[in-house]
Amino acid sequence: MSTPLIELHDVTRKYENGPPALREVSLTVREGEAVAVLGPSGSGKSTLLNLVAGLDRPDLGTVTVAGTRVDGLGEAGAARYRRAKVGLVFQFFNLLDDLTVLENVVLPARLAGTGRAAARRRAGELLEYLGIARHATAHPGRLSGGERQRVAVARALVNRPPLLLADEPTGALDSASGADVADLLTELNADGQTVVLVTHDLELARRCTSRTVRLVDGQVALDEVVSR
Amino acid sequence: MSALPGLVRSGVTRRRMQSAVIGLAALLAVTAALLGGSLLVVSSTPFEDAFAAQSGAHLSASFTATAQEVGATAGTASASAGPFPTASTAVRVDRIDLPPITVVGRADPGGSVDRLTLVEGEWADGPGEIVVATSFPMDRIFGRQVTLTDLPGDPVVKVVGVARSVTRTAEAWVAPSVLTAPQGYQMLYRLAAPLEVDAALADVTAAVPEGAVAGSRSWLTAKQEAVRESALFVPFLVAFGVLGLVMSVLVVGNVVAGAVASGVRRIGVLKALGCTPRQVVWTYVGQALVPASFGVLLGVVAGNLLAIPVLGQTEEVYDASLSVPLWIDVVVVAGVLGVVTVTAWVSAFRAGRLRTVDALAVGRTGGARGRFALRWFARLPLPLALGLARPFARPARAFGMTAAVVFGTAAVTFAVGLGVSLGVIQSARDYDTSDVTVGVEGPMRPDRVEPDPGVVAAALSAQAGTDRYFGLARAEMTVPGMAGFSQVYAYSGDASWGGHPMIAGSWYSGAGEAVVPTAFLTATGRGIGDTVSLQYKGKSVSVRIVGELFDTRHDGLAVYLDAGTFPELRAEKFFVSLKPGTDVQSYVDGVNSALGSGGVSAFPSDSGQLSDTILVIGSLTALLTLLLVTVSALGVLNTVLLDTRDRVRDLGIQKSLGMTPRQTVAVVVSSVGVVGLAGGALGVPLGTALHDRILPAMGRGAGTNLPAAAFTVYSPLLLAGLVVGGMVIAVLGALPPAGWAARTRTATALRTE
Repeated sequence: MSTPLIELHDVTRKYENGPPALREVSLTVREGEAVAVLGPSGSGKSTLLNLVAGLDRPDLGTVTVAGTRVDGLGEAGAARYRRAKVGLVFQFFNLLDDLTVLENVVLPARLAGTGRAAARRRAGELLEYLGIARHATAHPGRLSGGERQRVAVARALVNRPPLLLADEPTGALDSASGADVADLLTELNADGQTVVLVTHDLELARRCTSRTVRLVDGQVALDEVVSR
Repeated sequence: MSALPGLVRSGVTRRRMQSAVIGLAALLAVTAALLGGSLLVVSSTPFEDAFAAQSGAHLSASFTATAQEVGATAGTASASAGPFPTASTAVRVDRIDLPPITVVGRADPGGSVDRLTLVEGEWADGPGEIVVATSFPMDRIFGRQVTLTDLPGDPVVKVVGVARSVTRTAEAWVAPSVLTAPQGYQMLYRLAAPLEVDAALADVTAAVPEGAVAGSRSWLTAKQEAVRESALFVPFLVAFGVLGLVMSVLVVGNVVAGAVASGVRRIGVLKALGCTPRQVVWTYVGQALVPASFGVLLGVVAGNLLAIPVLGQTEEVYDASLSVPLWIDVVVVAGVLGVVTVTAWVSAFRAGRLRTVDALAVGRTGGARGRFALRWFARLPLPLALGLARPFARPARAFGMTAAVVFGTAAVTFAVGLGVSLGVIQSARDYDTSDVTVGVEGPMRPDRVEPDPGVVAAALSAQAGTDRYFGLARAEMTVPGMAGFSQVYAYSGDASWGGHPMIAGSWYSGAGEAVVPTAFLTATGRGIGDTVSLQYKGKSVSVRIVGELFDTRHDGLAVYLDAGTFPELRAEKFFVSLKPGTDVQSYVDGVNSALGSGGVSAFPSDSGQLSDTILVIGSLTALLTLLLVTVSALGVLNTVLLDTRDRVRDLGIQKSLGMTPRQTVAVVVSSVGVVGLAGGALGVPLGTALHDRILPAMGRGAGTNLPAAAFTVYSPLLLAGLVVGGMVIAVLGALPPAGWAARTRTATALRTE
């Protein structure tokens, strides 16, 4: 059995004026897994993703990713952690519109200290792999939703992170583009990339992942292995 | 850090307008600071260098006592030179009479105090030789024969050398044996406490018989004379430098804080991709530093170029080539860039502290702030109410915008006031104002015909249309202890209506009284009520000073008095005021026919020439004000643009509900109404206060007090207009974003995330 990549132990996260978003959640994700985190609005899906990405800190419990205790990191430490360990894909892409496609993809590599030439080479390979190399010099505003999400995936993978976190990656796409992105995530996982997918789209979860974690009111209600 | 240049570059190009505003503000701050700073330093440096090299005299005093008594004062100072015999004498060169000069008998140019620098020729060793100072009242005098007409036997001497005295202790030097009958003695002192000249003078005065000190001169007076022209520029340039720097801080703060506020989601993305808080902050600092650096570069060029005409005045005094010292360039550049960096860092600090998750989750919905203001303005038409309430929804942003208007308005108020004051000062320079002048036109020549006062007076009295007139005689006289000579204006008849601007005291009432400019009081250490001796052709006449008058001619070393004080002087010009309705040309023709063709004629009076210095100050003020107002308006534009972009979706909703483009413009423009009014109301008193502080400082720089009329320049109507000017600045800045908001298609605005 492969080694654990993500380990959450008794994690609780509360916000002001409300019940805890997560309540004593424990969860382990192993290398090479593709896990879908499902649940209705307010169930704690995004909170879970934020904690794993080091974007937020738990009130109680520990979060360890690829051997790094994420729950105790400051902002600078968390930034360095994300550069090395995590690739993030957002629902609304969050591409920087004033940079070209290539520059968007290169950005995390340059932040991580990769040389300019090496970063551009790696970005070029990814754009080629994802079938959007012809858009390298275009600005994101000129691309379709599906193409933009492919750019976002390329950007997430440029530093070869052990973990790819995707937050509703097809939420802003039409069905054809959504299916396209789903195929891409499946393909990446097949190549060994660990993927954690936060979604409320059951069809996406079924197509891309082999394990489903269902959250209800901040607690794990179901954790099951499924066949694709 | 290697990813930062790309992010900075994209930020700068994305915000071209904001970058231009930062660049302009930096340009303004550097130009004004460079000019003010370099003038402050450069103008006094040559004097201080020369003073140190030549062991200039901290105090020079002239005495009417014996050489032994004068020599006894040596013990009152740390070093001294003298006693040197002195005499005041008029000079004639090639049949032309020059103003009187102070001649000092001195055996050699060296010594422990006031070592003279021979710039041409050699020292005067014996009879028949004289060395003149660089300040001698005639150029190209070296090698020529001059007659000392007031000395016994009218000796003729040859100019064998030209020398420079840093403290201007004399206009000429001869061998001591030449002055066989000295009128007095001069002593030169170096002081252990150079700033305590008054105390040193008191010690010297106490060491000689009462009344023996005929005059004295402080090195500080000499220094002030040396830096007078450039010192005039320093106060207002420093004021503009400070305004520019404050404006830079405001603009950079507004732009960076605005960029952070509108880019929260972007900050979240950058952090999510691995940007550390420090890197995020540096991204924003860089976006301010890049355009500021361009502005600084242009400012250095502009400041150095503008310094050329201003420093030129000081260059003439020392025959030296002056330019802005490199270290001033470096200090100003480092200072402005430092201020920009710190301001940008502080403004962007929030970006570093923003929690990534909050930044990514930032919504576009507005908070509850400002809703109370909407209720206040509920009775107004809706677009107006929406606009007027807006500043209360974003108080920090409104504060920054108000500050930009405050300083823009203050700059305009200051500049307008300075312009009116300079106009008042310019017209105050039109002395002896009249309708018609009678005299001889053209330069002084040996064979020039002088008018016969009796004939002229008779012709004027007989001529129909004459209202009143006075005559003017001029003579150069020396004042013991004062370097150079004083230009004396002796008036026959009532000259009090001749447009002589009084600062304090009153116009003289008869012979034995005098009115003098501020610089004369400073140079002689006298005040109103004191008496001063005027030496003319071997005669000494005491006059009592009864008034202080504004006059910068002859370095302000003039004396105005009644002709009865010196009856031997003949009026050379007459100034006539005509009765209302009199035709000037007919009057002039009538007087000329009565005077005949003797060389003396009547002609219409002309007004004074516009001062070059006032022109330069006026031009610089206009240029710097234009820059400040532009920066101010662009600062408002930037903030309104930012605010409008933030609200474009709200505006889209309003448009979809039926708001017309005109109403959209009204919303945006009225949102700056409160800001403009508040900024104008605060900026005007700030500008007037600045004017009232800077103008006297400029006067002090020029060595004169100023007439009261130069200060009372702001009428209520002008002040009201200036407050409205604040609103105009704000509205000008708001119009382009308002137009953009009005033109944006509703569907596009609604789609904006």
